[in-house]
Amino acid sequence: MKSLLNVNSSPHIKHPDTTSGIMLDVIVALLPACVFGCVIFGISAAAVLVTSVLFAVVSEFLWNKILKKPSTSADLSAVVTGLLLGMNLPAKTPLWMVAIGSITAIIVVKQMFGGLGCNFANPAITARIVMLVSFPGAMSRFELPFVDTSTGATPLVYLSAESADIPQAVNFKNLFFGLEEGCIGETSAFLLIIGGLYLILRRVITPTIPVSFVGTVALMSFLFGENVSIAVFGGGLILGAVFMATDYTTSPTTELGKLIFGIGCGLITFVIRRYAALPEGVSYSILIMNILVPYINRITFKKPFGYVKPVKEAVPNE
Amino acid sequence: MNSKYISTFTNGLVKENPTLRLVLGTCPTLAVTTAAVNGIGMGVSATLVLICSNLVISLLRNVIPDKVRIPAFITIIAGFVSVVQMLVKAFLPSIDKSLGIFLPLIVVNCIILARAEMFASKNGPLLSVLDGLGMGLGFTAVLTVMGAIREFLGAGSIFSLPVTSEIIDPMIVFLLPPGGFFVFGILVAVSNAAAKKKGKKPVESLGCENCPSRNMCTRVQIGCEDAKEADADE
Repeated sequence: MKSLLNVNSSPHIKHPDTTSGIMLDVIVALLPACVFGCVIFGISAAAVLVTSVLFAVVSEFLWNKILKKPSTSADLSAVVTGLLLGMNLPAKTPLWMVAIGSITAIIVVKQMFGGLGCNFANPAITARIVMLVSFPGAMSRFELPFVDTSTGATPLVYLSAESADIPQAVNFKNLFFGLEEGCIGETSAFLLIIGGLYLILRRVITPTIPVSFVGTVALMSFLFGENVSIAVFGGGLILGAVFMATDYTTSPTTELGKLIFGIGCGLITFVIRRYAALPEGVSYSILIMNILVPYINRITFKKPFGYVKPVKEAVPNE
Repeated sequence: MNSKYISTFTNGLVKENPTLRLVLGTCPTLAVTTAAVNGIGMGVSATLVLICSNLVISLLRNVIPDKVRIPAFITIIAGFVSVVQMLVKAFLPSIDKSLGIFLPLIVVNCIILARAEMFASKNGPLLSVLDGLGMGLGFTAVLTVMGAIREFLGAGSIFSLPVTSEIIDPMIVFLLPPGGFFVFGILVAVSNAAAKKKGKKPVESLGCENCPSRNMCTRVQIGCEDAKEADADE
């Protein structure tokens, strides 16, 4: 009876989607690749993931507490940021570096610009780049799966090598299912694609950005005679395209805009991988396109039905 | 009368600190503060130029025709910069090497030109020297603090003495331009917060009212003209 007597203003019809619901879907989609990363890289990978999630959530909680803002830790967005950051790190990253990365992501990139929905760049990507620039040594020591001591470079170094020079282990099957050097969560393209399909089916993301991003990289590397399966499955491309580039806040709102965004990401990734001194370009390309999102939104803005272009004449102020 | 001299001197140290409150000279502030020593070197060189140029401009303030005052100021400043540059090259070659192009670029440092225009050309020689000393020391202090923060976080040392560099890997990003912008932004935010507590306006680049250079903006500029029109419309 009481609920019937409640008087409140519109809207009265609400969509069941909530921030925490969407974030939970993303976490569910990420979990298989996380578990796989922990299985192949061992306990140190699990420690990195736990640390990065823990510090992300705690720093968000403390920021809100200290600035006397309503607590947003329950919306799970900090968990997603921490998880994505951890998945983008090598398994043997020292844990204090992981903590610094998480704090950078949440405090500097997310909260200083106004919190969820106000950040201009993806927090996990930006924090990863800060770590990459700050600790170049630790951030590029990758491990071979199931081997505790051996370290190597990512398969991306064989991108334009002759097929005879590519080691036997770097074949399509290993690359696709994730038995290769790399960051914790980026190796298994198979599990990441399953996670992406889950998100598309749950309508959390649309396939435009991942498909145009991966498609552009595949097409460009094919045109330039590189090894396409290494280009697509060997680095962090799938993880970046499915989970990082599709962040709502930092990707365009229209489908055309998303297409431009994805193609731009793909082109920049390809150019960095081929011509720059860096082995991997996915995070830089997403960051650069993040910054261009307001402009993409402006040029792809949908005209409302019956829209008349305003006459360029100064309206006198009354 | 004494308090006037004292307040002129302390003005540049805290109340109108050139870097944090007037936001002048940001280019050398961001570029050279990769180490505390560089900050001191830059600050002291600029202070020397500032004191000398303020003195000479103040003495010549009734002689320089108003129409050509800017070229005249620049010439005087450039003369002193050349002197300082030669001295640094001769006696502190390592500082000269790390400051690089930013040492001769003191010629176009906004702080020096702004003080010449806003203060030295309107006040007597003693006051101008005190103003130059205060502003210069304020500039030096901020540069040294910024250099120390960036050096500590980015290289794990302070004044080239290793502190943490042997225990943990320092965050190299603080030695790079993004780290410079980050530390500078945090320092400006802290000084704004401190000023707000004392009931003063924070630094904002909005309109002519808050423009720190409004006293030297004698000619109508495009931005200012727009602002005036907007004011008139309201």
